[in-house]
Amino acid sequence: MAESFDVVVVGAGPAGSAAALTVARGGRSVCLLERGPFPGAKNMYGGVTYPSVLNQLVPGWRDELPVQRWITRRSTMMATETQSVTVDVQATDWGAPPYNGATTLRSELDPWLAGKAVDAGAVLVTSTTATGLVRGPGGRVSGVRTDRPDGDITAAVVIACDGVNSFLAKEAGLYRNFSAEHFTLGAKEVLALDKDEIDRRFGLVDREGVDIEMVGVTQGLPGGGFLYTNLESVAVGVVVPVEALAGAGLRPEALIDGVKAHPAVAPLLRGGELLEYSAHLIPEGGYDAMPELVTDGLLVAGDAGGFCLATGLFLEGVNFAIGSGQAAGETALEAIARGDTSTRGLGGYRRRLRGSFLLADHRKMRRAPRLLLSERTQQRYPALLCGIAQDLFTVANPAPKPGLVRLLRKHRRRAKVGYAALVRDAVTTWRTFG
Amino acid sequence: MSVPDERLPERSFDERMATVEFRVAERPHIVVDSDVCRSCTTQACVVACPANLFVPTAEGGVLFNYEECFECGTCYLVCNHEGALSWSYPVGGFGVVFRRA
Repeated sequence: MAESFDVVVVGAGPAGSAAALTVARGGRSVCLLERGPFPGAKNMYGGVTYPSVLNQLVPGWRDELPVQRWITRRSTMMATETQSVTVDVQATDWGAPPYNGATTLRSELDPWLAGKAVDAGAVLVTSTTATGLVRGPGGRVSGVRTDRPDGDITAAVVIACDGVNSFLAKEAGLYRNFSAEHFTLGAKEVLALDKDEIDRRFGLVDREGVDIEMVGVTQGLPGGGFLYTNLESVAVGVVVPVEALAGAGLRPEALIDGVKAHPAVAPLLRGGELLEYSAHLIPEGGYDAMPELVTDGLLVAGDAGGFCLATGLFLEGVNFAIGSGQAAGETALEAIARGDTSTRGLGGYRRRLRGSFLLADHRKMRRAPRLLLSERTQQRYPALLCGIAQDLFTVANPAPKPGLVRLLRKHRRRAKVGYAALVRDAVTTWRTFG
Repeated sequence: MSVPDERLPERSFDERMATVEFRVAERPHIVVDSDVCRSCTTQACVVACPANLFVPTAEGGVLFNYEECFECGTCYLVCNHEGALSWSYPVGGFGVVFRRA
């Protein structure tokens, strides 16, 4: 005999818990399935959450969010093997309400948000893997199969928040554009360091934290490196396209070692003891790689829907997961109230997404993934920038100062950046971020 | 245990993997058909798997051990041989347990 709920949500990550919380608050029965022994057990990310998306869903989040540190420094570093140029944005405002970004651990963040859903009445079932979809009349999705004995769960609406590999969205035929080129691998190490030592090395006080994004540190592969401060540890790692990784014959952990050995990074990590090594896929394809998000009886949210915003300048996922989960939950409530959970009845989902940052940011920055991963952005621009900067600040008396125009000409040639490409990329950048 | 170098801690891969908790299920969730792998010229899984679980054999096939799998999906994404990999998640409650990610 199958269990029955108004809504079943698959995956108790940020998307799933936001969806279940929304549905439970709306007075409908909801089952929140999680294959790990606790929410967050299967999840890994770089390390920063942008929680303003929670203002409506969990108004008291500022006092409750399991924050490691508030990000008050956001650095973007362009590097070659021996050089780096960093834009270091520091804002003490970000360390006080209303805050901006925070480092959090998924083993703390995900259980916290799932707990909110449970408090609101959702039924959280852990250690249970959804193995497929249950189909009703006309082939519409009417529930999920699980790996428990007699484990079918039926529901008016299934919300698939089953992560980047979303086997449910694939089984439903929603990933028509599925390709390995849209995915990157994130691999990182978390290293233990004393709080005082972290504060001293990064120039931080109290709960202040730093987020460093790096380009040009991945041994010729497209992608990037990152470094985030937790309270008493730092996360350091790389993000690289899986196809490039496989093609280059470089191991993920060797790439992490490369970042850790960079002269701009190594002194920051000295003596750090490895606490945990981890890896996860990231859906970085952006707007053009997203699957269909709605079909009869089924909504897709979070990484399962490809909501990660990875544009180089902005790297966000958890906020998009929470926002899309909430929108899916609201849509399910609306459709159930109207008695129509068909594709048409669930049409409010796309409307909600389009009317907010959830699709607006993605649509605006749809060209970003290609620009970001181009060889110019990855190799030539860091070399160009670092070359100009080093020469600019090198005092080579008795020679007079060379002047910027001459430096640009010299290093543009050396880095093999054509004027046409430079202009083209400037235009794309303007259209993407302008 | 070797004394770690203060400047650049080099670790063996086993030491890295020893920091991760795995609750090993009885049955493998990923099965590799080594016969198919023998005709594969890239064996991209061997390079790309972040847990380094794919080992080339002397006969040209690939050996796979599911026990310390991150369940990330990289292997099936880079695998270009139909039928070489059958991929699913471990039974509920088993597999990798991240604590600090």
